[in-house]
Amino acid sequence: MSERPTRLLYFAWLRERMGTAEEEVVLPESVRTVADLLDFLANRNEMAEAALADRAIIRVALDKKVASADASIGNASEIALFPPMTGG
Amino acid sequence: MLRISVQVEDFDAAQETAALTEGRHDVGAVASFIGLVRGEGERLEALELEHYPGMAEEQLTAIAKEAQDQWPLDAVCVIHRFGKIEVGGQIVLVIATSRHREAAFDAARHIMDYLKTDAPFWKKEHPKDGQDGTWVEGI
Repeated sequence: MSERPTRLLYFAWLRERMGTAEEEVVLPESVRTVADLLDFLANRNEMAEAALADRAIIRVALDKKVASADASIGNASEIALFPPMTGG
Repeated sequence: MLRISVQVEDFDAAQETAALTEGRHDVGAVASFIGLVRGEGERLEALELEHYPGMAEEQLTAIAKEAQDQWPLDAVCVIHRFGKIEVGGQIVLVIATSRHREAAFDAARHIMDYLKTDAPFWKKEHPKDGQDGTWVEGI
């Protein structure tokens, strides 16, 4: 994986608790899966740690497709984090 | 035919229905569903709907296409609004048309069921008392 920036998006209460709607980050080589990404983000600061505390209710979409915790991030350029969806 | 729209503006169900049936003599059934903002016992003033632009349209399209694969439908229309919608206002419209009622009913229900959990929308309640709103919990 190259050192290219990844666009992160946050929605709903995750956006509020992360304190931002989007950011660009350069992910280290060690971040390979969705679970790795959540660990990486939670370890950055206390705000993120609190926001991401309950991993079971965090949903992640890689390039607009929902992905499971063990999914490989691969070459995703846009990764969105959000709570369970409440459409309709 | 498939019409998908994610929009701020309100919709007119009669107009959308007419667009699917006008000039068509093989359509025997139109099933439609409209979701409205509930007041929750006069507690709420409005709902704020947030969405993930791009993914919302993609997911609605995927859900509608799945229904088209599963039932013999003539047309499907899904319109989902976002932004602040007052109590009583319209949130979502689903229309399915077919030769017969079973497919239209079943497809409309299927689309609504999946849209609840698979379409990237989130709802925040705006209470009447001016307190900070709370997010509606999903599953």
